[in-house]
Amino acid sequence: MAQSVVSLDADVATSAGNFELSVRLCAPAGSVVAVLGPNGAGKSTLLRVLAGLTALQAGIVSLDGHILDDPAAGIFVPPEQRGVGVVFQDYLLFDHLSVLENIAFGPRSAGIGKAAARTIAASWLERVGLSDRSSAKPRQLSGGQAQRVALARALATDPQLLLLDEPLAALDVGTRADVRRHLRRHLQQFAGTTVLVTHDPLDALVLADQIVVIEAGRVSQAGPIAEVTSRPRSAYVAQLIGTNLLRGEANGHDLHVTEAHLTIADHHVGPAFATISPSAVALHRHAPSGSPRNQWLAKITSIDLLGDRVRVTLAGTLDVVAEITPGAAAELDLREGDDVWAAVKATEINVYDMGRA
Amino acid sequence: MNRARQRPPVAVVAAALLAVGFFTLPLVGLLQQVTWSNLAADLTTPEAAEAIRLSLVCSLAAVALAAAFGTPLAWFLARSDFPGRPLLRGLVLLPMVLPPVVGGVALLSAFSLRSPVGGWLNNAFGIQLTFTTWGAILAETFVSMPFFVITAEAAFRTIDRRYEQVAATLGARRTTVFRRVTLPSIAPSLAAGAVLTWARALGEFGATITFAGNVAGRTRTLPLSVYLALEADRQTAIALSLVLLVISLVVLVALRDRWLSRL
Amino acid sequence: MSEAWSINHWSRPIHSPTNVFASFLVGFVLLGGGCSSDTSAPKSPGIHGEITVSAAASLTEAFTALAKDFEAKNPGTQVVLTFDSSSTLSAQIVEGAPANVFASADQANMTKLAGKGLLAGTPAVFARNQLAVITKPGNPEQINSLADLAHAGVISLCGQDVPCGTFAAQALAAAGVTIKESAVTRGQNAKATLNAVTEGDAVAGIVYATDALAAGNRVHVVNIPASQNVIADYPIAVLAPAAKQTAASQAMAKAFKSFVLSRAAAKRLKEFGFLPPA
Repeated sequence: MAQSVVSLDADVATSAGNFELSVRLCAPAGSVVAVLGPNGAGKSTLLRVLAGLTALQAGIVSLDGHILDDPAAGIFVPPEQRGVGVVFQDYLLFDHLSVLENIAFGPRSAGIGKAAARTIAASWLERVGLSDRSSAKPRQLSGGQAQRVALARALATDPQLLLLDEPLAALDVGTRADVRRHLRRHLQQFAGTTVLVTHDPLDALVLADQIVVIEAGRVSQAGPIAEVTSRPRSAYVAQLIGTNLLRGEANGHDLHVTEAHLTIADHHVGPAFATISPSAVALHRHAPSGSPRNQWLAKITSIDLLGDRVRVTLAGTLDVVAEITPGAAAELDLREGDDVWAAVKATEINVYDMGRA
Repeated sequence: MNRARQRPPVAVVAAALLAVGFFTLPLVGLLQQVTWSNLAADLTTPEAAEAIRLSLVCSLAAVALAAAFGTPLAWFLARSDFPGRPLLRGLVLLPMVLPPVVGGVALLSAFSLRSPVGGWLNNAFGIQLTFTTWGAILAETFVSMPFFVITAEAAFRTIDRRYEQVAATLGARRTTVFRRVTLPSIAPSLAAGAVLTWARALGEFGATITFAGNVAGRTRTLPLSVYLALEADRQTAIALSLVLLVISLVVLVALRDRWLSRL
Repeated sequence: MSEAWSINHWSRPIHSPTNVFASFLVGFVLLGGGCSSDTSAPKSPGIHGEITVSAAASLTEAFTALAKDFEAKNPGTQVVLTFDSSSTLSAQIVEGAPANVFASADQANMTKLAGKGLLAGTPAVFARNQLAVITKPGNPEQINSLADLAHAGVISLCGQDVPCGTFAAQALAAAGVTIKESAVTRGQNAKATLNAVTEGDAVAGIVYATDALAAGNRVHVVNIPASQNVIADYPIAVLAPAAKQTAASQAMAKAFKSFVLSRAAAKRLKEFGFLPPA
């Protein structure tokens, strides 16, 4: 199999009403790209464009060198000829067909005989571990089982591109981890490209190699997972990975953020981002004296208990979130509306250049 | 017992009971006139048997035509967008409110031997619709098809189109999608529409007698027999009416929920 | 009680102002206002109000004209007409339809009502009718006799139990002609039978000569020779009053019957193609 470097190359521009989507997406064969973004960012529209369910207004979509959609050249390959498998959020299994017939639907549509299509379907059913449910009707399945059937149905067409639209969102928390693990195994075996739309960063971390973050119809950040998580470039991404993101102007060991000046460990010059882990933010009732040289007075806007951590949201000179132990919180006797001192060590501030996303 | 549940107002109950009486009394009157001991004999006279047979043939053929042509039409009305669509829909549903006799006259103006289309059919193919069973079928189709179209259109509109999109991504061409996904999804609605259409076709009188005439064994369906037998052979007329009544009642009771929920 | 009131009311001469007012009111209600006034009050208090006349379908045009004549002659009266086949009408009367006068196209249906005691007084024949063959204008199928009907195509006849259907059967029998029932479309009355020829594709039909005449140039008329033709008697009778009927409507019904038997009416009936009584 000749494997080109880039399998999926999409330059997508389309608009509906006030909403405009303008996204560039590239992915090598065998890779899994997670598309993350808040609700209404345009993730599902992007997926529909790739599937051929929505036509492009401008741009180009190509898969393994074949052009699927190119308005300028008047090319549009309809969904049934694209070789693209889609798993929708609510799976959309055909209620009038059995589980086996659902999976056999794709092979049958490709012109494969009934018996052969059923054999293919049966082998997929075995691979997703549901051989015993082959004659069941979709409504008799649990959510996790339905997800696996939907995956098998999409993969049974032998697609070059697999599109997953929030594949785990419809599941309850208990089964989500199981199904995620199961999905990971199948995606690792899948030779084609996978585009995974999700709003759950955990899905991206577990399943994807690359992340593309879309906000308001634009890519706000893209790259390998490690890079995106270590160097978030938008408030949304920072929030996703649970860190504080500051935007400022560096000048040597000084970072100027809005009205505050922070002392940083490394030497930087020019516009820069800085992240501070919430657990690196210390809270004090009184102005601390000692090693941390960055400290400021802030007002507590909310206090939430998160597992064994207490999350304290601060507003003031710098808007940051601090995470402290419940013991520390009790000792400080924190209340919403209280003024406290926040302190961060210079070495805990991770600064990087504000280059292009 | 749930005391919070309000009792319906007396005036409403009274009016409702009056309405029930209004609908029930004529039926009771009809049932009283039935000579039950002779019912079997009345329904098996050659004329009655012929009328029942002809009614079944014509009404089932009308349903087949309505389904064959009404389904694409309903799809067209539900799925395509063109400027004259409201007008077209009105036109298609017109036979529901048109007096059937007028429908019959309209059919005559289009398909009688002296009309352009009817004349051409006769000259070119030797086909005559008036006074033939095909004419009766056509008259019944004309009057009953709107019931099928309106039900099918509603079904095409309410179906979740994403299922069709899934089918497309699985490689199914449009015809396959329609046959294997769209049709099975709306099959219950189509069945309801077909039964309703059948009930209407079975009771069709005005358009049939006007367009197709009243020819024994060819166009004299149950309602026409009832009309003709009213003076001469009242018992048979009432027995035949009873057949129509029972069929209609069964159909309407069976379909009530579906039909009402759709409109 | 209300009946007693009506009888008193209607039988009293209408000289008192209240009665003039009452008659005005009735006239207003029945005629839609303006037709009746003090000066045009009826000369006879008996002929006043509204009656319903059930007449054979073949009498449609003739009786519509006669009713107009009658109303013109008797201001303050209104004749409500209902037309259908005589057998349908007689069945309706048996079922209790509130008619005051019945004009039948045959003796059989009149006899039927007499047998049930539904007539007031004896019926009298006011006209006669005969049958005619009608074809499409220009007689494209060249039908010139009853015999030509046997194989011409679909023939429109009245229902077998409707007078015009019975008469047609008699005429065909007299001419020794048999038409297959599968080549016959049956109309419930003479008008429907005629319409199947004028509007539909029936090749020819047998209807009353009067209907053929009334259809004008929409049909071509082929006369049936007297030896094969059937002459139908048209009797008229006042119906026995139903429970709520007033003496006034009974009197008016009698007056209408006399009018239909009058010379003036005979002249009118002749215009519409009816034969005088034997």
